[in-house]
Amino acid sequence: MSQTATHHDHGTATQGHDAHGHDSHGHGHHEEPGFIKKYLWSTDHKMIAQQYMWTGVAMALIGGYLAYAFRMQLAFPGKFIPAYGYMSSLQYNTAVTNHGTIMIFWFAMPVLIAAFGNFLIPLMIGCDDMVFPRINRLSYQVFLLSAIILIASFLVPGGGFNGAWTAYPPLSGNSEYNMAHWGSTLWVLAVALEFVAFLLGGINFITTAMNSRAPGMRLWDMPLVVWMIVIASILFMASVGPLIAGAVMLLFDQNFGTFFFAPERGGDPVLWQHLFWFFGHPEVYVVLLPAMGMSGDIIATFSRKKLFAYKTLLYTVFGTGIISFFVWAHHQFIAGIDPRMANIFTVTTLIISVPIAEMCFLFIATLYGGSITLTVPMLWGLAFVGEFLLGGVTGIFLGASGADIFFHDSYFVVAHFHYTFVPIAIIGFFMGFTYWSPKMFGLMLDETLGKIHFWITIVGFNMIFIPLFFTGLWGDHRRIYNYNNFSELARPELQDLRIIATVGLLIMISAQVFFVINLVKSYFVTKKKAGDNPWKANTLEWQCPSPPPHGNFATMPNVYRGPYEYSLPERESDFWPQNEPPAA
Amino acid sequence: MSTAAKPIATLRSVTGVPTGRLAMWWLLASEIVIFGGLLMTYVMHRIGHPEWATEAAHTNTVAGAVNTVVLLSSSLSAVLAHQAAQTGNGKKAANYLWLTILGACMFLVIKSFEWTHEIKEGFVLTRSTFWSFYYCAAGLHALHVIAGSIAMAIVAIDAAKGKELQRVEYAGIYWHFVDVVWVFLFPLLYIAK
Repeated sequence: MSQTATHHDHGTATQGHDAHGHDSHGHGHHEEPGFIKKYLWSTDHKMIAQQYMWTGVAMALIGGYLAYAFRMQLAFPGKFIPAYGYMSSLQYNTAVTNHGTIMIFWFAMPVLIAAFGNFLIPLMIGCDDMVFPRINRLSYQVFLLSAIILIASFLVPGGGFNGAWTAYPPLSGNSEYNMAHWGSTLWVLAVALEFVAFLLGGINFITTAMNSRAPGMRLWDMPLVVWMIVIASILFMASVGPLIAGAVMLLFDQNFGTFFFAPERGGDPVLWQHLFWFFGHPEVYVVLLPAMGMSGDIIATFSRKKLFAYKTLLYTVFGTGIISFFVWAHHQFIAGIDPRMANIFTVTTLIISVPIAEMCFLFIATLYGGSITLTVPMLWGLAFVGEFLLGGVTGIFLGASGADIFFHDSYFVVAHFHYTFVPIAIIGFFMGFTYWSPKMFGLMLDETLGKIHFWITIVGFNMIFIPLFFTGLWGDHRRIYNYNNFSELARPELQDLRIIATVGLLIMISAQVFFVINLVKSYFVTKKKAGDNPWKANTLEWQCPSPPPHGNFATMPNVYRGPYEYSLPERESDFWPQNEPPAA
Repeated sequence: MSTAAKPIATLRSVTGVPTGRLAMWWLLASEIVIFGGLLMTYVMHRIGHPEWATEAAHTNTVAGAVNTVVLLSSSLSAVLAHQAAQTGNGKKAANYLWLTILGACMFLVIKSFEWTHEIKEGFVLTRSTFWSFYYCAAGLHALHVIAGSIAMAIVAIDAAKGKELQRVEYAGIYWHFVDVVWVFLFPLLYIAK
């Protein structure tokens, strides 16, 4: 397995492979690296993918726990919360702030982009690893450090940051207002480090997909999910810069007495909102696109049909990416921006729903006339499209500047963006995990348990957020800690809806027990082997062993066709792997 | 199975551009957005605050101009290093890189004298938002100068042994970027009164 061959350009890869080769002392088997090298210091893209995934899931548990705590407080204000205790208003603010921060930056981003990107890109384009394996490892290490700093921010004097995940100044910029000097500084630091981690990872994804595709694979032969992760990385890279600059300015405001954002001394708090949302809105598409890509691949595989209008779909994605840079101020309609500017941003916001709707239509067109099998990944894939649609449609109300004056900062907004982010992050994770885990671990998951898990999760999810649309329309402001303090909102019919939402959350959380049972049963009891290609899919990752060995492919895969050649009438088999040579 | 038939990512170059150079351009793209965001913010504020001109009058234009010359000349040696690396002369490339690093150090020394003087005069970070921007933007740039020097030192040590010569070019690309940022900072912070 010596791979010191003709390497001429980049020290990185050879180093990575050498690490694998050298570290064999202490183990009898030559291929086996030591525990630290294998699990903590690995440069293998599959191991880094798992590191990102499990770190993300662990963070999601914290985020979910925080959601449990503040939803209980909202349903039963002032009562004792099991496994939490009594919740103060400051703790409430800290919980909502960090729930949002964690779910977006430490769950959706690492799982959807970093974990699946790392796992899938080299496998799907037919190479052994990323082009910069050591930078890849560094990316995870910086990410882990940022997660540790975020968790540390809960434990410092003053507690964690409590100025909402959007960190609007002056609340976030001055510890006299937020009473969490260390917490807010550490929060900004953690977020900034997390950005660095994803910039490093993103450069790796983009260059790998550009430069290391297997022979014969054109750009238009890449599976949808690879395209989507690469485009998401480019969007992230192009949008996060101003916020990094903004984060530096906020850190200066917090710690060195500058007043970039402090209105009482001549600063401009709306400036932060511009910098934040210039990143924040493309960020929605940064996490959306990978999930869209996964669902597209899954829907094509389980419809046994060519993905409808693959190229058109990609053009709509390019369009979405470009338009996503011109919609940010729809978050600021009531922040005192010029009404003429609000008009422009209303128009761009409504326009961006067109390409997104087109993606959904193309997925529906793929389903039309297909031989659909409702496997667990397919259920998640379909649920993603359906549930995200609800999020998209309610966004149209909020994108119209006139309507937004009424909806702004109400629970309608909360329900809307959870109908986008829960499908993206949670449904997206389960969709990807149930589809690609046979490749990742070589073992099949239990379908029945998977379906039970799916249905209970989906019912719980809708039960949380449908009632919140109504409480929002009836005037529930999203940043209230105890509705009993507001007589017009402390009405029983509203409180009933809040309780239903909390019960929905409890259902959704308890549904995850079935997922854990499924993992334990499938991986430790039944151990049903997956084989190389359990779903009979075309893309390259299914043409190598499950789980893929170090180096992935034994021989060079040559690519002859696009990824979605299913059910061709002239062929006996209903799929045609990308690397299968055409009959002579 | 032969090694040549193995699908090694780093041995491929589908675009024809070496992967290292490609990655450097993407890195610079992300850097451009960072500095672009900061400078756009500054320019918009500057337009909204004509009174900052009196503050800006206290910047040391001479020191800034000298630093511009120092930084731009240091790019010349970066180019010569690239030229030497292309002909396979690692020793010469390394020497030119050390010369570039010397330029970077001169830049930082002049900058620290300049800042010490300004701080003594009372033009500190918190005096007004102009000075906050001044120290923020120039400070972020100075961090890039330091990071670039460290990177060039690592590349130079390898290049002197004739190893990883292609990195000389990448270091040079990065150094030109650091230059270009300063070319924007100098008129915006020093000259515009």
